[in-house]
Amino acid sequence: MVEKLLEVKDLHVSFHTYAGKVQAVRGVNLYLNKGETLAIVGESGSGKSVTSKSIMKLLPAQSAKIESGQILFEGKDLVGFSEGEMERIRGKEISMIFQDPMTALNPTMTVGKQIAESIMTHQQVHKKEAQQKTVELLKMVGIPNPEIRLHQYPHQFSGGMRQRVVIAIALACSPKVIIADEPTTALDVTIQAQILDLMKDIQKKMGTSIIIITHDLGVVANIADRVAVMYAGKIIETGKVEEVFYNPQHPYTWGLLGSMPNMETKEELAAIPGTPPDLIDPPKGDPFAERNDHALKIDYLREPPMFKLSETHYAATWLLHEKAPKIERTASVRRPLKAIGMKKTPEKQLEPLIEIKHLKKYFHTGKKEVLKAVDDVSFTIFKGETLGLVGESGCGKSTTGRTIMQLYEATGGEVLFHNKKVHEQKSSSQLKEFNRKVQMIFQDPYSSLNPRKTVADIIAEGLDIHGLVTTKKERQDRIYRLLETVGLNKDHAGRYPHEFSGGQRQRIGIARALAVEPEFIIADEPISALDVSIQAQVVNLLKKLQTDKGLTYLFIAHDLSMVKHISDRVGVMYLGGIVELASSDDLYAEPLHPYTQALLSAVPVPDPLVEKQRERIILQGDLPSPSNPPSGCRFRTRCPMATERCSQEMPVWKEAKPHHWVACHLFD
Amino acid sequence: MKKYVVIRLINIVLTLFVIATVTFFLMKQLPGSPFDEEKLAVLSDNQRAEFLSRYGLDKPVTTQYVLYLKNLAQGDLGTSYYFKGQSVVSILADRIGPSALIGTQAVILGLTIGIILGIVAAFRHNTFWDYSTMFVAVLGVSVPNFVFAALLQYYVGLKLGLLPVAFWESYSSSIMPSIALTLGVVATIARYTRNEMLEVLGQDYMLTAKAKGVKRIKVIYKHAIRNALIPVVTVLGPITVSLLTGSLVIENIFGVPGIGSLFVDSIKVNDYTTIMGLTLFYSAFFVLTMLVIDLLYGLIDPRIRVSGVKE
Repeated sequence: MVEKLLEVKDLHVSFHTYAGKVQAVRGVNLYLNKGETLAIVGESGSGKSVTSKSIMKLLPAQSAKIESGQILFEGKDLVGFSEGEMERIRGKEISMIFQDPMTALNPTMTVGKQIAESIMTHQQVHKKEAQQKTVELLKMVGIPNPEIRLHQYPHQFSGGMRQRVVIAIALACSPKVIIADEPTTALDVTIQAQILDLMKDIQKKMGTSIIIITHDLGVVANIADRVAVMYAGKIIETGKVEEVFYNPQHPYTWGLLGSMPNMETKEELAAIPGTPPDLIDPPKGDPFAERNDHALKIDYLREPPMFKLSETHYAATWLLHEKAPKIERTASVRRPLKAIGMKKTPEKQLEPLIEIKHLKKYFHTGKKEVLKAVDDVSFTIFKGETLGLVGESGCGKSTTGRTIMQLYEATGGEVLFHNKKVHEQKSSSQLKEFNRKVQMIFQDPYSSLNPRKTVADIIAEGLDIHGLVTTKKERQDRIYRLLETVGLNKDHAGRYPHEFSGGQRQRIGIARALAVEPEFIIADEPISALDVSIQAQVVNLLKKLQTDKGLTYLFIAHDLSMVKHISDRVGVMYLGGIVELASSDDLYAEPLHPYTQALLSAVPVPDPLVEKQRERIILQGDLPSPSNPPSGCRFRTRCPMATERCSQEMPVWKEAKPHHWVACHLFD
Repeated sequence: MKKYVVIRLINIVLTLFVIATVTFFLMKQLPGSPFDEEKLAVLSDNQRAEFLSRYGLDKPVTTQYVLYLKNLAQGDLGTSYYFKGQSVVSILADRIGPSALIGTQAVILGLTIGIILGIVAAFRHNTFWDYSTMFVAVLGVSVPNFVFAALLQYYVGLKLGLLPVAFWESYSSSIMPSIALTLGVVATIARYTRNEMLEVLGQDYMLTAKAKGVKRIKVIYKHAIRNALIPVVTVLGPITVSLLTGSLVIENIFGVPGIGSLFVDSIKVNDYTTIMGLTLFYSAFFVLTMLVIDLLYGLIDPRIRVSGVKE
């Protein structure tokens, strides 16, 4: 029998807010064995972060309260511990890694001091000794030149490097348990792969037990041994990763797995309808019943108990009761890896809608510094297709979108819309027409809607500006129709944005874009601020609108599997340039550029067996600064195949295979 | 860094030049003159011309301006029209002492008490401590300091006889004016510190520090205070300037022979040179303080330090 290092028993945590008492955690049971990794998965508001902070007793003392339950660490109940006793546990026995490395470090303290502080709090060592240990720690987490980096401040580190520092702080006193709260969510995929690797490596070396909180099932499949799925403050299914991924029992788990596109999904995503329940007044029965297509009568009346499926696998759904009807699972989770590349871009309707030729956008950042955000990018978007644009943060994908839309004035190059040069259309009526035909959907549904305007006014603003409606009645009808089109209803018209959830707000954003009947929509990371199940809803909506209205999309995102799912063709950007462009099937089946290969290999897929066998290409280092890009090929500093020539010559953008463009010397 | 300071200093000189010019011409637009018009009218034309020429007022305005700038470049602010024969520089030197003393005392006292109150209020957020501190802060901002000064004079000076009621006789004369000035400083600083502190306490890195197992009190002074003080430094600039250069009302109430009362007197009698001199002095002090504040920023916040060097 393995030793249970940490055990949480029937934990209840609530928050006092002005609106009332929020029951954030409602009876959580979980345990952590020595040396294993437990993943807690769930959407925002499911109580996963609260659970982890309860273990450290780091919840805000004034509003949060552990109502009942036990947190047993090595047999001792932490719930009864005083603040002083907890201080001896924190950092020494249990430590924590936080989500956002940009804010998790004190900006006014050197990195070395922040790490040494942890050592000196718990160990009776001299300053010199602590510093030496700090250097070792920095070395261990893979920070080059630790002796120099020690004396630098957090703002001198990149995001990935900062997260390494946060990990070094967590490791400082060789704790028995590390709780990682969304440790890679704020990072790019290639950096995420580095950090996940580092965590696995450390676990192997030090035998640490890890609790990882995440919403990304790919990360779970990559790193976890066991998984607990949380919904509305409860664990609704738990088991070994293989058990939960290949034999999920709870309908919510089905939904979660179904709404993640893997690299092959073509059909509509299995989105979970609706939104999670309000935890101020949680439903009486199964909290998921409202959103469950297979809900039984009893689901609305009584909470299901945990049904045992194996020694390790439990699920809380009445469907497992012996009297429940047997249900054929709707979304299959394991889709066999098959050879792909069948669907080619249909050759017939290749009528270009937008042509981008040698587009450049430079920003002046200092007196002599120029940031080349977009540097010589050319591609064509055909009528009715979706072109995906992917790349890591800072690669210039958003700037490209905004420059095409004329939100930024291009430094060079041209954009042709319907064969007409957009930048030459100087008269205001022509520009207005262009502005009507090209619309944008923004990333953050919270800040992109004016909080002082009603939904109706937000949607109708474009109608008013372009004079598309003449009477009040017509205006109202249009608003109602638009709301229905995006899956909202007319009652919503008079409300204000803050009354809606993130997914609903994004629908409002889509309705606003659709109002002026555009031909072309630029969607800039439209789903990255949303939960997985909501993401699927929005993506399905976008796909449906495209078929219904014959829209053309430029879909900008960093989530490669989502881009693959929605796009006909995909372009990959790196440091201001486009490095590869092909039909999405070709690109994913046979990536040519080493960067595309690395990017694809870094994406964790929600399939534990695949994840565990996969050989990853892990890119070394960080993205160089776009204001001082490497000579020749921009990717050469991180490219595993770089040669002498790459540093001297800029590779030419060419069609290496039919309809498959790439900029790399390997294909000359 | 050196380059940055030099550029800033050049900017300061330019700023002062513009201020000197604008005040000079504005002053000339003022109705009346430093002299008693009625008595001037009695004089014969010759006498009047000679009188005006003694002060250089007979020359065209532009010539006067050039002359003024020349003198200014040599550090000469001219001669007072009102205090006969005294140069403005020497008057300023006489009067700055008391103002600087009560101002410095008020800033130091106000800053210390304000920061402590702000921190306590933030840590005891939404408790009795918080509410009472904020009550004091609101009082401090809304009660005019001359009301507070009068109360001090009556109770502390007259009733208890602990401190001199007014006039500038010994060090103890400076205590009550300083206290009267402090209230406003305490209020402003306490509010700022509290708000910044609350903001900092909600930051992720506070959680990181706590998660290391660092003691609560250590978390406060090692991680919170420094970050919370960065914005407080900003308000410190204007406060320092206004207090060190004298508060008009307080100096009048306590009969302090400071710069504030000098300013009021010189405006009353149209003493051009003194008004100009004081304006320039205020401005110079202000821009120099802002420079010091900006340098202080760099000291507290490493992010600013680096970008400052780049410039």
